[in-house]
Amino acid sequence: MWKWLHPYANPEVSYHLTGRIIPWFSALTILFLSIGLIWALAFAPADYQQGDSFRIFYIHVPAASLSMGIYLGMAIAAFTSLVWQFKLADASAAAMAPVGAIFTAIALITGSAWGKPMWGTWWIWDARLTSELILLFLYLGVIALHNAFEDKALAGKAAGILTLVGVINLPIIKYSVEWWNTLHQGSTVSNLGKPSMSVEMLWPFVFCFLGFALLVGTIVCIRFRSEILIRNSIRPWVKALALEKSLSNNALENK
Amino acid sequence: MQFDSFSAFLDMGGYGFYVWLSFGISTALILALIFNSIYAHKQVIKNIAIRQQRENKLRELRSQRNKTQTNTPKEVI
Repeated sequence: MWKWLHPYANPEVSYHLTGRIIPWFSALTILFLSIGLIWALAFAPADYQQGDSFRIFYIHVPAASLSMGIYLGMAIAAFTSLVWQFKLADASAAAMAPVGAIFTAIALITGSAWGKPMWGTWWIWDARLTSELILLFLYLGVIALHNAFEDKALAGKAAGILTLVGVINLPIIKYSVEWWNTLHQGSTVSNLGKPSMSVEMLWPFVFCFLGFALLVGTIVCIRFRSEILIRNSIRPWVKALALEKSLSNNALENK
Repeated sequence: MQFDSFSAFLDMGGYGFYVWLSFGISTALILALIFNSIYAHKQVIKNIAIRQQRENKLRELRSQRNKTQTNTPKEVI
């Protein structure tokens, strides 16, 4: 397996591979998200209790579960980087942090806008909401640490330690609705065998979720490429690539 | 289709404000993230190219200076 994996540890190979993946990912993102969101907004039946306000679910739940999924990915990358000194893992962790922060913010904001009509309040300090807010602060801390040092390896180490310490928050978010008495409702989709949701409501969710997941993949790839270039800026292939790109851009501007 | 008219669609059964607030803010945040990522990538490439051009220029100047030094007769120095 290591022999097969080895070429992908090469920054240049990874840079070009992600470059080839991005168009496919973005096309699939547009396809899945447009199907999913139109279905969710216009065609999915209204909830018998919550009416049409439940359509917020189709952003809120994918954003919330992706905010945790991205954190888990970031933690695995940070662990790999700390244990095996694998530099590309640092680059991918740095690429994931801002995306995770945005999705956490979306989960919090849409949750708030859903809470107001359903619970009568924009915000309440209950377990699920508070732990998700802590997740946002963890992301912001990780982003700040990545940018706090000129030496990217040192920055990656500091951010990686914070990431790994923050992993304790993930099970707290996940099980907060079971451990504590909260306003937040329990999970409706994650019981994969028997989701407690009707099929007409579930299908648009599947499309939305896959669409948002592909969107995360696309943006992480774009940011990952930037991080690779920053970390390898003195390598000949990066210099050649940068000169070539900037020359072609100048030629376009002068036309 | 769950809605009879476009205005019913916008109204979202009375929850229009909350639904469109959620979808609006989410769209804005995601678009901002996408544009920031693309812009940052271009900026990284531009900065590396600028630094590289500066280095090339410095190297040229240095090699020229070395040439002029080697051309001067040794007795003068």
